[in-house]
Amino acid sequence: MSGFLNALPGAVSQGLIWGIMAIGVYITYKILDIADLTVDGSLCTGGAVFVMLFTNGINLWAAMLAALLAGMLAGLVTGLLHTVCGIPAILSGILTQLALYSINMAIMGMKATVAININQEGVLDKLLVSLRFVQGSKGGFPFYRHPIFVVGIFTAGLIAVLYWFFGRELGAALRATGSNPNMARAQGINTDFCKVLGLMLSNGLVALCGALLCQYSSANEIKVGQGAIVIGLAAVIIGEVLLGKVFRNFALKLLSVSIGAILYYVVLQAVLQMGLDANYLKLLSAIVVAVFLTIPNWKGKYFGKSSRKEAAENA
Amino acid sequence: MLEIKNIWKTFNANTVNEKVALKGVSLTLNDGEFVTVIGGNGAGKSTLMNAVAGVYPVDRGSITINGADVTDLPEHKRAPYIGRVFQDPMMGTAASMQIEENLALAARRGQTRGLKAGITKMEREEYRELLKILDLGLEERMTSKVGLLSGGQRQALTLLMATLRKPKLLLLDEHTAALDPKTAAKVLDTTERIVQKDKLTTLMITHNMKDAIVHGDRLIMMYDGRVAIDVSGQEKKKLTVETLLEMFNKVSGSDEADDKLLLS
Repeated sequence: MSGFLNALPGAVSQGLIWGIMAIGVYITYKILDIADLTVDGSLCTGGAVFVMLFTNGINLWAAMLAALLAGMLAGLVTGLLHTVCGIPAILSGILTQLALYSINMAIMGMKATVAININQEGVLDKLLVSLRFVQGSKGGFPFYRHPIFVVGIFTAGLIAVLYWFFGRELGAALRATGSNPNMARAQGINTDFCKVLGLMLSNGLVALCGALLCQYSSANEIKVGQGAIVIGLAAVIIGEVLLGKVFRNFALKLLSVSIGAILYYVVLQAVLQMGLDANYLKLLSAIVVAVFLTIPNWKGKYFGKSSRKEAAENA
Repeated sequence: MLEIKNIWKTFNANTVNEKVALKGVSLTLNDGEFVTVIGGNGAGKSTLMNAVAGVYPVDRGSITINGADVTDLPEHKRAPYIGRVFQDPMMGTAASMQIEENLALAARRGQTRGLKAGITKMEREEYRELLKILDLGLEERMTSKVGLLSGGQRQALTLLMATLRKPKLLLLDEHTAALDPKTAAKVLDTTERIVQKDKLTTLMITHNMKDAIVHGDRLIMMYDGRVAIDVSGQEKKKLTVETLLEMFNKVSGSDEADDKLLLS
């Protein structure tokens, strides 16, 4: 138990960081109604761009901005494959994801792992987040450097920006595109443009998450994004199932995604503490997502059946 | 206002399912004209309307709205000219968005959408007044999701959205067909009021011959991808269902046709 409690801050930190990616997934999956598999690739792209620039002495914020832009570019490619080339969205994402494996390797100089040397003087100070900071005061780090604090503020700012954006004319057009493309076109909305924009926005955030993850673990691995979409979906769905009834406001819905990601990592941590081989985690993730995706469907189905039965009995 | 010149449309060309839906349709609507369109299933009514709206490109011919050639424009670029209400009540509104948000989307039809507010306080007041016209109590539920509304309420809302910014052309594609008779009559009544008030150039498809005769100042009947009958003025005012059927039989040269038309 104490082992779990000790690991809790780390799990929450990780969940918060992954929450940023999950918010990106929310934009495509919930708002645009597209299951975008690009994220498995673009997460690593963000980390790769960041680690290469940062270790070559580029300013941290510039490197993060570059990671964001690289992710948006990946989203652009998926978007164009889908809209201009007419390839189904899910396949477009798979194609980009596959291509990104080679591109990510190329960005990282054909190495599967590129590390940030945090033992070198001054490097750790520059980072926004790091596993080291999780120790807090015990490790001699002030509270305002703790990942929970830093990423928490980062996430709050991000939610504020997104809340603002989706309340604008363009943001509303994006929501309409996902809700009813026929209606959107009838109102003069270029649905193709909106889809591409949404995919760019989403993958930009995913890549930004990749850059933060890379800092957190002081390295970027080619495998980092493997199964990321499932983690993102898990966060979105857990957040919705647990908090959907209470959180109706759009900003709160985004917050529930972040909370969903945190819960996911806390549960994962608990399972690991119970002695499960870490190699089973992917299986576990898939089961969690499958179960949570099933619940709302079955609820609707059986609720629908019983109400029909009632109606028949009353007739 | 609307000028359709010799448009052709074939679906599934060069396959066993090939269907020539429009065979050289030409039609000109004058400013403020209210035209009702009837015809059996597969006559090409909806294809005509979708061709005008830009849902799909035509094979041949041209479509001009308010002097602008829109033949090669995609659907969303024709939207500045056209207000539409669909047969399916689910099609015209965004279910997961609020009533007022749907109206705000419609208020910006044909405008460039940037980073201005998606809806302003002033608009809300305006929409509240407009919703009162519908007499459905929607003005009290402006932040409700449209998905919670009934089919009739959604159609009425779609109608309001289509005419919120006065369109050059209003397209109504059997917009009351999916509603119960009472609701259908109410929506049709609202349609008549809005069209009269704003003197909208309107093309309305209906399956109901009586509605086609009662409403509008011109009636066209489509048959086999062509405009078979075109009646207006005094002649239209004198029409009855019987005379209309007679005219149709003459055009189609068969008696079976009236069963088909009546039953469809």
